[in-house]
Amino acid sequence: MLAATGGDFPLLSALVVTPLIGAVMIAFVGKSRTEIVRAFAMLASVCTAALAGYLLWQFHVGDGGFQFVEDRSWVEAMGLRYILGVDGISLWMVVLTGLIFPLVFLSSANLNDRFKMYAISMLILEAGIMGVFLALDLVLFFVFFEVVLIPMYLLIGIWGHERRIYAALKFFIYTMAGSALMLAAILTLGFLHSSQTGVLTFDMRELSIWGGLAQSTAQWLFLAFFVAFAVKVPIFPLHTWLPDAHVEAPAAGSVVLAAVMLKMGTYGFLRFSLTLFPQAAVDMAPWIMVLGAIGIIYGALVAAVQTDLKKLIAYSSVAHMGFVVIGTFSLTQPGLDGGILTMLAHGLNTSALFFLVGFLYDRRHTREIAQFGGLWKTMPIFAGLFLVASFASVGLPGLSGFVGEYLSLLGTFLTSRPVAVVSTVGVILAALYLLWAFQQVFTGEPEGDNRDTPDVSVREIAVVAPLLILSLVIGLYPRPVLDRINPSVEALLDHVEEQSDWVEPSVPPASVVHDETTEVEAGHDEAGAAETDSGNAADDEHSIGNLEAAVPGGAK
Amino acid sequence: MDTNSTLDLMWLIPALPLAGAVLILLLGKRVLGEPKAGYFAATMLGGSFLLTVISFFTVLGEDHHHRSYVVDLFTWMPVGSFQIDFGLLIDPLSITMLLFVTGVGTLIHIYAIGYMHGDPRFTRFFGYLNLFAASMIILVMGSNYLVTFLGWEGVGVCSYLLISFWFERPSAATAGKKAFVTNRVGDFGLMLAMFLILANLGTLNYLSTNELAPTLASGTATAIALLLFVGAMGKSAQMPLHVWLPDAMEGPTPVSALIHAATMVTAGVFLLVRSHGFLEVSGDAGTIVAWVGGLTAFFAATVALTQYDIKRVLAYSTISQLGYLFLAVGVGAYVAAIFHMVTHAFFKALLFLGSGSVIHGMHDEQDMRYMGALRKAMPITAATFIVGWLAIAGVFPLSGFWSKDEILASAWFGDQPILWGVGLITAILTAFYMTRQVVMVFFSPARWDSEEDLSRVATAIAEQEDVRPAQLADDVEEPEASEPEAGVVPAPAHLAGKHPHESPRLMTIPLIVLAALSFLGGILNLPFPGFHQLGHWLEPVIEPVVAGVHEPHPDNFNIGLVFALIALAGALGGIAIGWSTYKRYRGTDDPTIDRLGPLASFFSNAWYFDAFYQRVIAEPGRKLALFLSRDVDGKFIDGLVNGVGKAFGFASVESGKAETGYVRQYALVLLAGTVALITYAIVRAA
Repeated sequence: MLAATGGDFPLLSALVVTPLIGAVMIAFVGKSRTEIVRAFAMLASVCTAALAGYLLWQFHVGDGGFQFVEDRSWVEAMGLRYILGVDGISLWMVVLTGLIFPLVFLSSANLNDRFKMYAISMLILEAGIMGVFLALDLVLFFVFFEVVLIPMYLLIGIWGHERRIYAALKFFIYTMAGSALMLAAILTLGFLHSSQTGVLTFDMRELSIWGGLAQSTAQWLFLAFFVAFAVKVPIFPLHTWLPDAHVEAPAAGSVVLAAVMLKMGTYGFLRFSLTLFPQAAVDMAPWIMVLGAIGIIYGALVAAVQTDLKKLIAYSSVAHMGFVVIGTFSLTQPGLDGGILTMLAHGLNTSALFFLVGFLYDRRHTREIAQFGGLWKTMPIFAGLFLVASFASVGLPGLSGFVGEYLSLLGTFLTSRPVAVVSTVGVILAALYLLWAFQQVFTGEPEGDNRDTPDVSVREIAVVAPLLILSLVIGLYPRPVLDRINPSVEALLDHVEEQSDWVEPSVPPASVVHDETTEVEAGHDEAGAAETDSGNAADDEHSIGNLEAAVPGGAK
Repeated sequence: MDTNSTLDLMWLIPALPLAGAVLILLLGKRVLGEPKAGYFAATMLGGSFLLTVISFFTVLGEDHHHRSYVVDLFTWMPVGSFQIDFGLLIDPLSITMLLFVTGVGTLIHIYAIGYMHGDPRFTRFFGYLNLFAASMIILVMGSNYLVTFLGWEGVGVCSYLLISFWFERPSAATAGKKAFVTNRVGDFGLMLAMFLILANLGTLNYLSTNELAPTLASGTATAIALLLFVGAMGKSAQMPLHVWLPDAMEGPTPVSALIHAATMVTAGVFLLVRSHGFLEVSGDAGTIVAWVGGLTAFFAATVALTQYDIKRVLAYSTISQLGYLFLAVGVGAYVAAIFHMVTHAFFKALLFLGSGSVIHGMHDEQDMRYMGALRKAMPITAATFIVGWLAIAGVFPLSGFWSKDEILASAWFGDQPILWGVGLITAILTAFYMTRQVVMVFFSPARWDSEEDLSRVATAIAEQEDVRPAQLADDVEEPEASEPEAGVVPAPAHLAGKHPHESPRLMTIPLIVLAALSFLGGILNLPFPGFHQLGHWLEPVIEPVVAGVHEPHPDNFNIGLVFALIALAGALGGIAIGWSTYKRYRGTDDPTIDRLGPLASFFSNAWYFDAFYQRVIAEPGRKLALFLSRDVDGKFIDGLVNGVGKAFGFASVESGKAETGYVRQYALVLLAGTVALITYAIVRAA
């Protein structure tokens, strides 16, 4: 694979280390000097965001391999290496992580309870998440994957609500169970590789092209990874930690959880499950897609009867992540594109919703839907933001959620029509529960406390507005995102096809109106090439003067 | 400028109202208050109308078969081997739609400046209205299904916002939600149709899909056509997805006129005409479309017979007329469908705006039983409403006569004689219920000018409460169980001692313009040789892609004349019966209800569709969701997890003691485990 390096500066390490430096600096500040802690935390997260932005700027479009690769020795004796790299699949997760944390700190401007520890936890969390999305050595990945748990556990357990301990432990037990299996699988994979080739390595780039794994072993290892990731996503029926964790976590914790931590699971599928065990993934894909579809319908139905606003959004996450799952395991270009885009879109839209619910909680100290009513009148700006976020979450075209869902469903449709049909029902249900919640909270004549709940402040608008604006931009012009995702997805699917019996079902080439010859699908590769060609041909034709006098039906 | 460079600018048609919407909504009422926001919004849409006229003449200057232009703005979704462009298609069909969407839309904007006078959210209203116009324009101008879908959902959201505009009223908020969710059911079909088209043809561009349709197996074409039709059913309120439209009358009346009569609800018809290739290849799909349309037309007309709310009559009438359009599309009479769509936009917008004027003059009363003899108090409203009435009834020589006759004839010559019969009966019913409305409102003795009359009507209404249409049974609010009060109900306070008045000029001028259009609209496509302008203009867009398929029409002029005379006789008959039945109407006993007997409550409850959905879908769905939430999630899965937790000694997790102790303990366990495993690894490796 191509290794483009960004000069001498270790950009990816900087992404991991910057928040850590911030955490260390904060550790030396006195507990009572909250304002200084706040400034340091903000500074560290903004610097990280700037680095992520720089990465996006420098990222080479059109290159499907890993870029900015850093490969250093770590524990020589165990074959462990410190390898970081970024490609089109991880790029957007890194950018999303960089974006979310400054907003998290901005939203916590009024939090004073043990703020120092809070800031340190958040920054360690950020470093860990960055590491998860960048690590290419399996053990290194695992370390980051676990590091993330502890600060999140603390965030829920210390700054959470009434049942925080229960929620935190549930979160911990679920994830630990998965992680233990994954660690065993990682080590087994490494040792099997070493016993057959004599090289002990956990470098996923090498392990992915090895191909010496017995099929039955590969299946067990795939399953072990799968459980670890499925808990994170979460996939039905491993999802019940999520509503509790969300409800009990502080608003900012929910945002991080929904925006980036759930994506560690789906990212794991893309980066490791499909890459390391392609044949097993192909074999299991139909079943996993069914689980994804169940998640979409189940999450939506259960969301529809929640009485707690946060729980409702939490269950909607189960449904949204279901779209990522079906798209990913459709093993098609639109499916994977859609899955990755949904990950990004969900990060923007659901974060916005969780932030907004947090603002409401700050004012009213309740999230019970029944306690609200008529807020459109008293909090018009808040209502407007909530409405846009809801429609984005519903998957309205023009906002980011739609592009992801649409492509996921399209990819799924190419692979399994029944799953696609069932999953499309989720599109109806999403409107049902979110508009129901909106109606309960915002319409009607405001009474009691609802009459004088103050509208959002400028600071609060500044937290949510960037998310919604980005959602709009991506919804209308997703091309910059897709252009960076596409080559890596193509490379991944090529890899899967090479290493398994998978033949990717694809959209047939669009025959141009004047085209008399029909493309016949001979071998897969030729067909793929033909597709690209005719796509380009169509493109060229459209771009002539940007305007084309086309001949409608019957031009002979 | 040559054609290309002129049409290159046509992205401005949607951009103007879009910019208007953004500016109005962002600047808010401090900068753009009443009435500035209204004039600004109307100007923006008026600009779109002018641009549409320019593009119309530009395209007209081209050769008959070279009138389709695609303006590709950018690549929307590049997905490796294929891509979906964000493009606009300018062709005779989209220009036809644009002309009446922007033209009628501008008139309604102007009217709304008067109608919404004094509303605290005046500014926001026009922001939404402009956003709607922009979405509708994108819908009709889209060069492929996905761009159309963007507009399609955009109008859905605007419809939601505008139906719920007076969100303090729970019924308005519920109606808005119902409209959006019902439309989503339709979108389900539309999305699947797009997937099926892409998976088979590799493109969503209209110019290619019709061309390529003949390469499909007829089963696939049928599936695509029917899935598109499911989408159309939602947006165009066809059975069984029509239930949202009557409730949508909760919105301000200009909204009902613009969205729920003239423009948005025709989107489904437009979509099917755009997709005529699939219908032609399928054959069977067309038959189903025609039957659903015909039955919807009949169903809605029967319901309209029994309504007392001036707007609900028009709402059911709209559903019924849309049924005619689908009947026409189903038999392949696309020109007839578009023709009636245009004339319907004129006269139904006119009728709705007229009803708004009546409501305005009647101090927000919508119940026709309180009205009567309004022709004297509101002469302009009455005169224009009468034009709309005669047009929709199909009286010669008004527009509705020509366009409806064309649909009925094409049903007969499209080999659907039964549907012709259904259509004819519906036409008679239409003439009757519209006459009922006009006589109740404008001609019969006035009920509003004495307290006794008002009180008498109010008492009768209270007694008849059980025949009123069932309110949407929503999970939140139960309709108030109003016990018929014994004795006399006093006159409603908002009517007692007040007199109706004519509306301001801002409202009456649009009425006059629309009345003129409703009167003259027939000249678009007269059935005389050489006068089929609309048919000729649309021909290149709807040219059959399957050999042997042709638009059904009478074999010669004389036969056509016979059909026209039958339709006219039906219309005049309906009017005559209606007139004699209601000319002495006093606001109490309704002769129609009495004559219908047991059918009356069936009709007035809209054939119990809402009750059926409530019982068969909403309630079981809710029970299932509760079961999943409480039992599957709460008891079963969590029970297992908690059991596992207990087994591993996390028993007292809920006690909350020594919280940080737990954290350290588990962090330590985690760390120890990791270290142990890595140690093991080193040993193995060494």
